[in-house]
Amino acid sequence: MNAIRAEGLVKHYGEVRALDGLDLTVPEGTVLGLLGPNGAGKTTSVRIITTLLKPDSGHIEVNGIDVLRHPDQVRRIIGVSGQYAAVDEYLTGHENLEMIGRLYHLGKRKARARAEELLERFNLTDAAKRTVKTYSGGMRRRLDLAGALVISPPVIVLDEPTTGLDPRSRLGMWDVISERVRAGATLLLTTQYLEEADQLADNIVVIDHGRAIAQGTPDELKREVGGERLEVTLGSRAEAQSAQEILTKVCASEAIIDEAAHRVHAPVTRGSWALIEAVRQFDAAGIEPVDIGIHRASLDDVFMKLTGQAPAEPSTEQEVAA
Amino acid sequence: MSAVAMALQDGWVVAKRNLTKIKRIPDLLIFSTIQPIMFVLLFAYVFGYAIPTQGVNYREYLMPGIFVQTVAFGAGITAIGLAEDLQKGMVDRFRSLPMSRAAVLIGRTTSDLLNNVFVVTVMSLTGLIVGWRIHTDIGRALLGYVLLLTFAYAMSWISAYIGLSVKSVEVAQSAGFIWMFPLTFLSNAFVPTGNMPTFLRTVAEWNPISSMVLSLRDLWGNAGQERGTGLPAEHPYLLACGWIALILVIFVPLAISRYREAASR
Repeated sequence: MNAIRAEGLVKHYGEVRALDGLDLTVPEGTVLGLLGPNGAGKTTSVRIITTLLKPDSGHIEVNGIDVLRHPDQVRRIIGVSGQYAAVDEYLTGHENLEMIGRLYHLGKRKARARAEELLERFNLTDAAKRTVKTYSGGMRRRLDLAGALVISPPVIVLDEPTTGLDPRSRLGMWDVISERVRAGATLLLTTQYLEEADQLADNIVVIDHGRAIAQGTPDELKREVGGERLEVTLGSRAEAQSAQEILTKVCASEAIIDEAAHRVHAPVTRGSWALIEAVRQFDAAGIEPVDIGIHRASLDDVFMKLTGQAPAEPSTEQEVAA
Repeated sequence: MSAVAMALQDGWVVAKRNLTKIKRIPDLLIFSTIQPIMFVLLFAYVFGYAIPTQGVNYREYLMPGIFVQTVAFGAGITAIGLAEDLQKGMVDRFRSLPMSRAAVLIGRTTSDLLNNVFVVTVMSLTGLIVGWRIHTDIGRALLGYVLLLTFAYAMSWISAYIGLSVKSVEVAQSAGFIWMFPLTFLSNAFVPTGNMPTFLRTVAEWNPISSMVLSLRDLWGNAGQERGTGLPAEHPYLLACGWIALILVIFVPLAISRYREAASR
């Protein structure tokens, strides 16, 4: 069953077409990463799914409930955390979570107990009795995410949950998020960080100008866009030129040379075979590579190719050991 | 749980949250009482000698006017509070929760009402110091306060509608208050309407503020001989209650529907 199903969502803001017939499906218990540059329509989609905004047209269901017809029922089963930490800065961390629990109608005692549990889980126990005004940005984000998990909702929607966090806090957030997914929750998350989508998402939808322009698992997307390439770094320019001839033959495709870096690369289909064959021929020709390996396209390449824009933060290219 | 019970329960959770802010920043409360105290003193001592009121001491005449003006301005903070919640994303947070759609507004108007109760108390003391007295019985005295606070509560809903309609806290800070100057000054709150040109006098007499002020003067025994003309002069209670009901009937649904559609940024 699909936990989230959106069909043909269209939303205009005046002249701007924020969503242009977006379709999305998130099977129960999976994580969908919604990826796209700024202004692609990520936040608009999230606001529609979480009942905050009505689309101009289209259909949207969460756990089989029509969001437009029964928003109240949907609010009872979703947990939401937005792009800007929506916590009350004049309340303490504990008071914030207790208030959210009360508004989910947990009752006073349960709301308090749950607040304490979450504060502990998010490493905020020491700060529980301090007003949020004194919290760092990372602490606010954590508290906001905790707010989304107060009822252990079956469907969680997070809009750029780790934007602006330091790497350690980000890892901590990923931990908690994965834990909820292992417990059976369905998650839709928007992000500009490809690494985040790669780590957390089972499926990725890349959107741009309000439309899905690609979808698949992270691996599928990488394969579709870049495939693999064989890359060799040599000790001298002369060696690089000889290597270019060898690689062109082995890979059956024109090898590209970066003369300054003494580096040569060519696209391959049968990666491991090409690597072994190339090593053999280098050996026979008396060439000793400084570095040799198969490189797979990263989600950065995917993003660049599909949207023509660099992602928010470069992540290092992944090397596949051969 | 019925819709009404849920609205009240959730509304109280939100009201407590709003009051916590006042508890943490007591300056807010202190500054909201300085202006009314200043008004009492300025009007009593500066205008008091220049404005003739027949059959009553000006300070006695003035106090009900200042009370009504003060709670009207006090209701203006509802706009600021809601605009701030909207701007900071709190309204989004609330709207994504399965709580009553009226709760944020009920909570805000309730906490602002309690704020007004405090201000009215401080003002009553100031009034007593400058020589204002209630000359009727305890029943009518209390009735006057109840009417005053009910009016304050109704005004809060107009203010709520404004707060949810403007784009930022800064705009709310002026949009929430600017219209109250003509509303409160074009009335019998500070000067008798008798000497106004006919057109202004008619507007002033039918002004809800005037009906409120006249009601309070009658209930507290602060009325002079001159009370205006026609229906507003003869039935101030009827008009005051009518205005309060009309404001609530129009602005409660308007504000709630604004809240439902409100989008931050």
